[in-house]
Amino acid sequence: MIPPMKIKLYHPTREITLKGPKQVAVLLRELNLPKEAHLVICGDELVTEDLVIPDDQVVEIRPVISGGGA
Amino acid sequence: MKCRQCQKSAVIKMERHNTSLCGGCFNLYVHDQVDRAITENKMFDHGEQILVAISGGKDSLALWDVLIKLNYRTVGLHLNLGIGDYSERSQKKVEAFAASRGVELIVHAYQEAYGLGVIEIAEETARPACSACGTMKRYHFNRIAMERGFPVVATGHNLDDEASRLLGNVLQWQEEYLEKQSPVLSDEGGTWARKVKPLFRLAEREIAAYSILNRIDYIVDECPMSKGAKMLLYKDVLNRLEEASPGTKHKFYLGFLKRQRSMPTAPTVSKPADLHPCPSCGQPTQGAVCSFCRLMQRVAP
Repeated sequence: MIPPMKIKLYHPTREITLKGPKQVAVLLRELNLPKEAHLVICGDELVTEDLVIPDDQVVEIRPVISGGGA
Repeated sequence: MKCRQCQKSAVIKMERHNTSLCGGCFNLYVHDQVDRAITENKMFDHGEQILVAISGGKDSLALWDVLIKLNYRTVGLHLNLGIGDYSERSQKKVEAFAASRGVELIVHAYQEAYGLGVIEIAEETARPACSACGTMKRYHFNRIAMERGFPVVATGHNLDDEASRLLGNVLQWQEEYLEKQSPVLSDEGGTWARKVKPLFRLAEREIAAYSILNRIDYIVDECPMSKGAKMLLYKDVLNRLEEASPGTKHKFYLGFLKRQRSMPTAPTVSKPADLHPCPSCGQPTQGAVCSFCRLMQRVAP
């Protein structure tokens, strides 16, 4: 059996699992995360919203608002 | 999704430009936007040494990375704000970046200088943390630049920072702040170090993407003191508008700048005639003492 995708989320930092395959745009919508405020990293690579992520992938959804004022 | 420029696999779609780019073309786009901001606004030239304010977040580290790649002469300045583990982790990331690029870094720690971090200073003076932090940062950027002979201080403020600040200033009708909201603030004949924001043309999402693509190790957490800050609410509102109508942030802020430039006087930090040295620290001020010294006088001895 293929394990589900592991998704790292922030604020607070946590990990969830979801059954794939799932398109990036759908993933963000289902998690109620605005695409203007988030980037999706699959494995080690930045990916666009049309990509379909299969099961057994490690995914990070990184908020673009971070750090302090410069 | 393919890159609009070269047909390789895209890594980012930018709705506001109705385009998608691969990693290589996106890096060129970022460098071009920064170069355009610097040259069109006469921020600095290759002969000047630039003090770059580096927090350890994506914006400031991406700015430093781009300026190094564009062959500008830079020195980093990191203010350790004394916010516990967050400040320690931030400083480590800044030091690692500087070491990996072989560039000079100045570190100034509030705890060492004043025996207190920004949280304690805010608490003792009953000021909101972001307000006290802003006063302290502006003071130290200018003072350290002036003391060490840097003509210009560059910060990593991006399009989202400037658009959300503009929204806040408009909602409150803060006209004196609106006058000062510019990507370049003059040095007023050497009274101040010039303040510049070379990332003002780039969206926060684009800078985060640049940092990820270029393997810049930055602090992903938000500052723990920023929880509930109005700026985060304004950013959220603008991001929702941006999703519904791509280009909103760009049109809002750059449209403001276009109208501001048509005004009879250019933006300045303060009118030089109103300024005199602070009797306590010597930095320029319009008040009896400067805002930083006023803040520190309220800290219990």
